Amino acid sequence: MSATTGKSRSLLRRALSTWRMRIGLLITLTVALVALLGPRLAPHDPQKFVGMAFAPRDLGYPFGTDYLGHDVLSQFLSGGWLLLTLAFLGTILGVGAGALIGIWAGYARGRVDELLMRSGDVMLAFPQLVLALLFISITGPNLAVIVLLTGLGHAPRVARVMRGAALSVAERDFVANAAAMGMRTRTIVLREVLPNVSGPLAVEFGLRLTYSIGLIAGLSFLGLGVQEPQPDWGVMLNDNRVAFTMQPWPVVLPVLAIALITIGMNLVTDALARASAGIDRQVQG
Amino acid sequence: MSGELKVSNLVVRAAASGVAIVDDVSFTIPAGRLLGLVGESGSGKTTIGLALLGYARNGTSIDGGTISIGEHEVTAATARDLRGRVVSYIPQSPASALNPSLRLRDQLLECLPADHPDPAGALEQALQEVALPTDAEFLSRYPHQISGGQQQRITIAMAFIARPDFIVLDEPTTGLDVSTQRHVLETVRKLVAEHGVSAVYISHDVAVVAGLVDEVLVLYSGKVAELGPNAAVMHAPLHPYSRRLIAAVPDVTGRRRPHGIAGGAPSPFARPSGCAFHPRCDIATPACSEAVPELQFAAPQHLVRCINVGTPAPTYQWPTVPEVPGNAPVLMSVRALEVSYGSNTVLHGIDLDLRRGGCTALLGESGSGKTTLARAIAGLREPGQGTIEFDGVALPPSVRRRSLEQLRRVQYIFQNPYESINPRRSVFDTLLAGYRSLCGKPDDADALVQQALRDAALRPDIARRYPDELSGGERQRVAIARALIVSPELLICDEITSSLDVSVQASIVELLQQLQESRSLTLLFVTHNMALVRNIAQDVAVLENGRIVEHNGVVELFAAPSAPYTQRLIEDTPGFVA
Amino acid sequence: MLRLIARRLLLAVGIVWVVATIVFLATQALPGDAARAILGKQAATDALQALQKQLGTDKPMLQQYFSWLGHLLHGNLGQSLANGVPVWDYILPLIKNSMTLMLISAVVSTIVAIVLGVWTAARRDTWLDHVVTIVTLVVAAVPEFVVGIALVWWFAVGAFHVFPAVFSSDPGEPVWRHPIELLLPCATLVVAVAPYLTRMLRATMLEALETEYVQHARLKGLPERTVLLRHALPNALGPVIQVLALQFAWLAGGVIIVEYLFAFPGIGSAVVAAVRARDIPVAQALAVFLALFYVIVNLLADILTLILNPRVRTAQ
Repeated sequence: MSATTGKSRSLLRRALSTWRMRIGLLITLTVALVALLGPRLAPHDPQKFVGMAFAPRDLGYPFGTDYLGHDVLSQFLSGGWLLLTLAFLGTILGVGAGALIGIWAGYARGRVDELLMRSGDVMLAFPQLVLALLFISITGPNLAVIVLLTGLGHAPRVARVMRGAALSVAERDFVANAAAMGMRTRTIVLREVLPNVSGPLAVEFGLRLTYSIGLIAGLSFLGLGVQEPQPDWGVMLNDNRVAFTMQPWPVVLPVLAIALITIGMNLVTDALARASAGIDRQVQG
Repeated sequence: MSGELKVSNLVVRAAASGVAIVDDVSFTIPAGRLLGLVGESGSGKTTIGLALLGYARNGTSIDGGTISIGEHEVTAATARDLRGRVVSYIPQSPASALNPSLRLRDQLLECLPADHPDPAGALEQALQEVALPTDAEFLSRYPHQISGGQQQRITIAMAFIARPDFIVLDEPTTGLDVSTQRHVLETVRKLVAEHGVSAVYISHDVAVVAGLVDEVLVLYSGKVAELGPNAAVMHAPLHPYSRRLIAAVPDVTGRRRPHGIAGGAPSPFARPSGCAFHPRCDIATPACSEAVPELQFAAPQHLVRCINVGTPAPTYQWPTVPEVPGNAPVLMSVRALEVSYGSNTVLHGIDLDLRRGGCTALLGESGSGKTTLARAIAGLREPGQGTIEFDGVALPPSVRRRSLEQLRRVQYIFQNPYESINPRRSVFDTLLAGYRSLCGKPDDADALVQQALRDAALRPDIARRYPDELSGGERQRVAIARALIVSPELLICDEITSSLDVSVQASIVELLQQLQESRSLTLLFVTHNMALVRNIAQDVAVLENGRIVEHNGVVELFAAPSAPYTQRLIEDTPGFVA
Repeated sequence: MLRLIARRLLLAVGIVWVVATIVFLATQALPGDAARAILGKQAATDALQALQKQLGTDKPMLQQYFSWLGHLLHGNLGQSLANGVPVWDYILPLIKNSMTLMLISAVVSTIVAIVLGVWTAARRDTWLDHVVTIVTLVVAAVPEFVVGIALVWWFAVGAFHVFPAVFSSDPGEPVWRHPIELLLPCATLVVAVAPYLTRMLRATMLEALETEYVQHARLKGLPERTVLLRHALPNALGPVIQVLALQFAWLAGGVIIVEYLFAFPGIGSAVVAAVRARDIPVAQALAVFLALFYVIVNLLADILTLILNPRVRTAQ
């Protein structure tokens, strides 16, 4: 009986009715698919020297070879999955922890809230990249540390947004009514508050995933993320940009891929944000 | 020199759907006269008011008809130039109509044309007319630094400062306390007479309009239902809607009970065919659903849009007020209750007894602490001191420490049904969630929910709906059903009709009185509406600044109010007898 | 209001202190020995001990902490491990260079955002509004190094050889002597920051234009220009200031990648070099500085918001 009836109440369905969402999803999924299936499709071993450096495009190497003589296409196809996986893990970690902390702080208020938000203020004082670099300067470029730092950087920012969202829901009368009906705190948070902040939560996830991709690719670009010989878009950019005039493809391909997936994600996020704002407005009558 | 306002065949449409929000409206206001524009939510009354200034809200457009004021034609091209100088506007809520980051002086002066010979003099005179201070200190304040009544006076001064010929008053007293309302209305009446301007007064409050205007236009779903002299429309209404609307208005003398209209006013996007009122009409015939009736003269100067004007109104079964025996035992008793927000004490030493099976009205204006008191009794707001005893047993101060049984017996209904129902649950889930929590798993959930819906006079198919598919009145009934489903003994109703149309308000009041009788429910009815109190309660407690200043039976209180505050409230409430 | 500002100031000092502590903990107290991390596993014992002595890691933790904090307060940041120069002398000219870059970018972004935001909000749903909305939406998400590489591709090595791709100046020479070479790094940061700001300003402007006081201003017969600039804009700017601050603070991170990309002689390049060379004193100093920058920008934004809000300004 609780099945959704009639109009587009579900966030996803509402968002899917917009062209932003459709185009955004199409772009995002295409790039993600290329990145995830790429290693199987690569015609060559991306780490093998298949020819001389800067070989031009020909049948064997559709995009030529890079400064060391790797096949550019194979490097490109193999260089995305790790980036996307790390970004996804870091985002899950950061948004999960941030949402949990934020929603709890927003509903429970009091001293817990104060403590959580103040410690969040401190974390916010480090730009995410600086925070990552600070730790990497000691640990060295370690993938687990990078995922952890990505999450750590996101968490206070997500917590802040979700706290605000939860706070405004918690102040609404139906939550007071649930308390007056004797419902337990856990039930109230899960059944009354959480469904009403799902919009901002989805938006935060999309936004943070976009940032994670930029952050982790940026670290690799600085030579402080994914390390050679592992093929990676960020590393490709850094290694080949000096020789751009001689062989543009190892720069152009990753730049296009990263630009497209972040643009696609942003379109999706924007559509989700609009859909969620539309639902909330409708709710308030 | 002021002139006559003439509106012919005005049409305002929603841009996206092409639906007419205001449909073929015509009327004339002679110079120096006041027209009352009466209608419920969605009737298009504010849309008409804005159109008179050549203004259409975002997403709407003025799509036909002519408006003229004296020799001026109001069109898209001339409107900007005419506003302020020829026609001006007094808004509904001054708190949001005044710019929060501009000083009062700047907001007043910009209403004058740039070439005005004596802005300072005009400013001083405009302020004197509305009895506001004229000193520099006052004028350099920001809107948030003055009271609500003063804010409304500022907007009135802004409307009159450039000496327009015609004024649109868009519910200017909504949200003001009755005493402030009375002062504002007196100011308006005086200024309109002094300057000989004509004006339209837009309101949902029939009682206010009846005491103020020369002519009345009743609007229903974007169309004129009835238009005629004040006395004729108010005392001998011809359209069935006007008749029922007036019957729904609570009367402060208590001589007749308010009687609601089933259903709610339709949105312009879901307008019934034919006469838009026919689904709610008690004299409708099959022909009513076929074609939109023409507006016709029923008397000279009295227009009605109804094909059954001659049909006599059915005699209403005026609802009766439940009797409560004088010796009824006390169900709930509050002693020496005190509540503070920080260092600010909002309730002082409250003593209050509720008789079992009776309805006690808790009457107070905004800021009196009435909602805080209701919440404290329900355990939603922990008091600093005092005791609350229910059926002889002391209740813990907070819902967290009350037992499920204690929670079940006292149910609370919130003011705003748009806030009090979880938008992400279906009605079925909403009703059942409360029951499960307080009473455990039901044997037959469907039957239980259906019974609760019937008790709240709701259709059974509502169970599958989500709140955004319901009207305000339906939502409030769902909130009532959610309380009834656990069979409470005390129902605390916190201003539960204040966000609803009068016709819906009356039917909710009827429902509550039925429940009070059939289930011997005890009610605590929190309200600011004096006339409503007269018609629902057996006992009244009057709250002023956090203190109960009077507590008496309703008949005794209205006959001989003892507290000066109560006397003033009764005096300032506009009386209205149809 | 002064009390509110004083409270914010106190809070900011507290945050900076905690930040400094975290920097200390992250670099000096983390399990694992900084000296060993720097010299590698095969380092000779006496070299290790010498470095430990220089870093102070041979002393007890608490003593290290207080002496580090004390030195920080006196502006004594130690010596660079990489080149032996006092850290302060090393980073000061770099800070000036980076501040130049960030300041220009911030000012340009703000102007672009206000002009475009107000303009598109006033012409809502025209084709111009749609174009700006879509372009800003598309550009807002792209990471700064992708923007930078694209700009280099177009303007430095591709179709037009207009601007130099990398920065070339003598060490110690202030960057503003090279205005042409400043252009691409600044443009990159502006493209990274301005679209988001524009979108925010458009949104808050639209919100302000929907308010009843703007409707009332129009009903008073005021010219549209007055309605936009006097009634809507001041109220739309309030909420944007916080976002502005966040974006400028974000510049402190973005500047790292952009400087690296353009080989710009600033703190960003220095941070990357320090992290790569495990030059811990320099990394510490720059991390504290960047955090300090963030805290100060936020503090200014908070104070500005308080001052601009008449409710707060007039509160007794």
